[in-house]
Amino acid sequence: MFTAAAIAVLVSMGLALVRAFAGPTLYDRILAVNVFGTKTVLLIAIAGFLSGRPEFLDIVMVYALMNFITVIGILRFFEYAAGKETANPESIKDQ
Amino acid sequence: MSMLTDYLSWGLLILGGFLCVSGAVGLLRFPDFFTRMHAASVTDTLAAGMILAGLMLQAPSWIVFAKLVMILVFILLTAPTSGHALAKAALHAGMKPLLPGKNNADNTAGGV
Repeated sequence: MFTAAAIAVLVSMGLALVRAFAGPTLYDRILAVNVFGTKTVLLIAIAGFLSGRPEFLDIVMVYALMNFITVIGILRFFEYAAGKETANPESIKDQ
Repeated sequence: MSMLTDYLSWGLLILGGFLCVSGAVGLLRFPDFFTRMHAASVTDTLAAGMILAGLMLQAPSWIVFAKLVMILVFILLTAPTSGHALAKAALHAGMKPLLPGKNNADNTAGGV
């Protein structure tokens, strides 16, 4: 059963990667990377149980923290920078 | 008792895996950024909760159980935060949600 769950998580990681490569906007890519990180957390947790070593959960906690910090950091970096080329005029005015 | 926990844990793992795949299919197939966020939030909350709950039922010791609870609480706290920040950034960049009956020509603004 751990194997089935791991395969399901792997398949959905592949689909999220397809969206991350194909995503038409920057935010689609960030969303797909966020989903990919959450799936990584689940996959490492399942893999720890699959190999009979639940000590992997420490790595899982680190990955969960890193995923959150990564998304917030990327958004801080891109929140106003990405809109400048294509955004409508009133959102440029209040920067 | 052990048999019952096993069956419950397998059911939770299978259901969580199904929700993972369905959320990813929604992420791939939905027409618009905000609907894709809606699909992705399914995997962030319900699928993660079910898979981690299924693992909790198989936990060999209390420390493993406590770590799984900590991971679940952390995911449930951070997923709405990053989702809110992502939607706010997309709105700031000028992306409009896809609405029926509106002109949706500019909903890819902010694209790179």
